[in-house]
Amino acid sequence: MNLQIQKETEGNTDKLLINGEVDAYTAPKLKDTLISLTEQKGREVVVDLSGVQYMDSTGLGVFVGALKSSQQHGSSLKLTGMTERVHRLFDITGLTDVMNIEAHTKGEVR
Amino acid sequence: MLGDRDILIDRYKQFLTAYLSGRTEQALYRAQQFSRKMLEQNISPEEVINMHSTVLQTINGGIPEEIRDSFDFLIEVMMGYGMAYREHQILRDKQKALESEIEVAASMQQTLLQGDIPVTDKLDIGVISKAAKQMSGDYFHFVQNRPESINVAVADIIGKGVPAALCMSMIKYAMDSLPEQENHPSMVLENLNRVVEQNVDPAMFITMFYGNYNTDIHRFHYAGAGHEPGFYYDAKNDNFEEFMAKGLVLGVSKTTQYQAFDKDIEEGDMILLLSDGVTECRTSKGFISREEIVTLIRSYMHLNAQEIVENVYSDLEQLQDFELRDDFTLIILRRSV
Repeated sequence: MNLQIQKETEGNTDKLLINGEVDAYTAPKLKDTLISLTEQKGREVVVDLSGVQYMDSTGLGVFVGALKSSQQHGSSLKLTGMTERVHRLFDITGLTDVMNIEAHTKGEVR
Repeated sequence: MLGDRDILIDRYKQFLTAYLSGRTEQALYRAQQFSRKMLEQNISPEEVINMHSTVLQTINGGIPEEIRDSFDFLIEVMMGYGMAYREHQILRDKQKALESEIEVAASMQQTLLQGDIPVTDKLDIGVISKAAKQMSGDYFHFVQNRPESINVAVADIIGKGVPAALCMSMIKYAMDSLPEQENHPSMVLENLNRVVEQNVDPAMFITMFYGNYNTDIHRFHYAGAGHEPGFYYDAKNDNFEEFMAKGLVLGVSKTTQYQAFDKDIEEGDMILLLSDGVTECRTSKGFISREEIVTLIRSYMHLNAQEIVENVYSDLEQLQDFELRDDFTLIILRRSV
């Protein structure tokens, strides 16, 4: 199981394109990349999750950690392009209410 | 008197000359046995070569100088292997020590988790909780603080193994130290949320479901913190529906408030609580869907609650080739009368 992370930087915004599975094995890699960005004051971090078919609770934990880091360091974090399966996880855990998550790719209304 | 080394060399010489004179299978078999003995005595590969060279020099009038020197060369080459072998031995010993420590910790955890499942003729309760590794990150707990009041908690700590188990111990003590009158579901979750938020790694969180069943009026009072939805079985309409209480997972924000809900439970109705190890069951064909789990539960519904959870677990275990990927907890509360 693999995880590819691609970074595109435009001005103050870093966009991360993630492909693969975010689980206990791949989470540390994502965490390192993501936290190093959210720790920069004023940075806008956008994570595109449309290439992620599976995420487990450890993966979810990476985003919880990134959310706290962005609040602490004054950066912003936005998640986009979640598949239905991944969105369900954020929904059940109540994270959709506290995180900036852009509407579903498939236009699903929740 | 001969030293250990001399005895070994003597033996080696016997075996080698026996082999050289007959080239028999039996002589080769002796070499295998001898090799095991040398491993037991921690004799390194380069020492074995040295022994071989020493012995060769004493039989059949010795060996040419060139070959003898080539053995010295080979000894140098083999030194790296000898070192790797000794390192491997040390690691194996260390691993054994760690394993036995984890075993002790796992049995301590079992003792911590042991609690009585309340027995009442008004409610049929079934519980199963299995760890994927030696230690579990799933937690459940029952408290009967008054004869008619049964509290149930299910929690799932992110991750598995030792870190999750340590975190679970913290939850257990936080729960145990809650004042008895404060077992209102929202209050329990709000209290625990503060404990977790202050004490764990930023990327760690806990999901929890907490409910209070009043067996006098058969009302279930409950609240949730991002926990995997369970099921509710409505006996009158013979229908399973999703059962969840929305709320943010524990440990994200200090000030989170948790809403509590009420449900009146009719005769034969069932409340099914679970950890995400149940719905994240992965088989060679993909994930097990919630509908498949409902079908499984249905097929055992004629049994009592404990038999249902045990059967569902063993079926799911089989589907995963007896290899749990995540900790697994399933609890059933069924109103009897």
